Amino acid sequence: MSKSQEIEIREVVLRALNNVAPEVDAGAIDPSKNLRDQIDIDSVDFLNFVIGLHKELGIEIPDADVSKLGTLNGCVAYLQSRMKGS
Amino acid sequence: MSEFRMPSLGADMEFGTLVDWRVKPGDAVKRGDVVALVETEKGVIEVEIFESGVIDSLIVQPGQKVPVGAPLALVRGDGVTAKVQPPAAPVPTAPVEAKPAVEEKHAPKVTAITAIEELRRARVSPLARKRAQELGVELSTVTGTGEEGLITASDVEKAALAKPGAEPTPPAAPMVAAKGLDLQAMRRVIAAAMARSKREIPHYYLATTIDMSKSLNWLAAENAERPVTKRLLYSALLIRAVALAAREVPEMNGFWMDGAFKPGEGVHVGMAISLRQGGLINPAIHDVDKKALDELMENMLDLVNRARNGHLRSSELSDGTITVTNLGEQGVESVFGVIYPPQAALVGFGKITERPFASGGLVGARPMIDATLSGDHRVSDGHRGGRFLLAVARLLQEPEKL
Repeated sequence: MSKSQEIEIREVVLRALNNVAPEVDAGAIDPSKNLRDQIDIDSVDFLNFVIGLHKELGIEIPDADVSKLGTLNGCVAYLQSRMKGS
Repeated sequence: MSEFRMPSLGADMEFGTLVDWRVKPGDAVKRGDVVALVETEKGVIEVEIFESGVIDSLIVQPGQKVPVGAPLALVRGDGVTAKVQPPAAPVPTAPVEAKPAVEEKHAPKVTAITAIEELRRARVSPLARKRAQELGVELSTVTGTGEEGLITASDVEKAALAKPGAEPTPPAAPMVAAKGLDLQAMRRVIAAAMARSKREIPHYYLATTIDMSKSLNWLAAENAERPVTKRLLYSALLIRAVALAAREVPEMNGFWMDGAFKPGEGVHVGMAISLRQGGLINPAIHDVDKKALDELMENMLDLVNRARNGHLRSSELSDGTITVTNLGEQGVESVFGVIYPPQAALVGFGKITERPFASGGLVGARPMIDATLSGDHRVSDGHRGGRFLLAVARLLQEPEKL
């Protein structure tokens, strides 16, 4: 998996996050720590975030996999693995 | 000819600033069209018109701050008027910046037209406008990089840096007051509304604990089958149950106005949404009692998204007939809320926790949620309130019917 694809996915993730939390400075988020602990998004925001990822990347994200999207790094790793599979 | 007035977007609003017109004289409008953007202490709201007709003239210009009830435009009616006008709030006596209601039929100075037209063309976030003023940046020179070319505060800051002799500005903190919200002003209006509620509404409080195992099991099975865009959250079940229970016990649903209770004409459930940068907004989802769960879920996702991004509509802020506040995600077990006037009830939900549950002589662990009701004693009493909470609990035992 190329580095450039990883960067691209990270940008998609940050864009989706910005849509549900426009007032949050993405640069201040620790990518290894739980998102919801850091930026106080609620379950509706989080679902909007996951739907945003789905819409931009065209990847279906089963409910059972949502727990893998808890951190920025987790999101990138999961989405990358799903794109590889497709 | 009738006047299109500054609407009251909630009990706590006294003034609004016209940000932009979405119509011009001569435009035909129908009831429910968004005709203007208005900025309040709670952000920028898309204001809908209550009457169909043709815009005759615009009285208030972008940038002007006027009290609730002040005429904004004149509309030539087509005879089709709204059944319900928004409650006209008393016009405060504070000095306002509004010009007298004079039609500007003659062309104002060319520079003014240009500036207004530029504002109309460009989509500019309120925070960006504020920053542009502070930094002395001409908005027409800024390229927007936001959604649909929206000019954001950071675009303005970049443009300011690009100006010769510009001084660098400190970067925004992670939790800046986005959307141009003045947090102190917002706190003031929340305080005024809540003080009024506590002063005028004789609250009573009830609580019960509801077994959520059936709802959660049903939800898990449903969500396993559903694509991400159709997924359901348990809060949708709670809101739907509240709406159906409010239909059963109508004293919970409506307004206390002019010394009497007026039952709501539909069940429009307000969702208390806490804004991360501080403050609270309470937009409503219309006709929740008549909506299937899927539609309600779509509405919830859309409403929260628009609350975050500053695209709420005026009817959503003025029509709520009952409010739900869900503080469970904050780890709170029970919430005893303050009724949002002129409504007559507020339902609070806490966190779902596994608790011991005795049934048939056996004790097991079940996911339980505390549901509370803050009721208005002028309208109902604990007996009816109890019936209402019981209905909520009963409805949540049959999630497939919600």
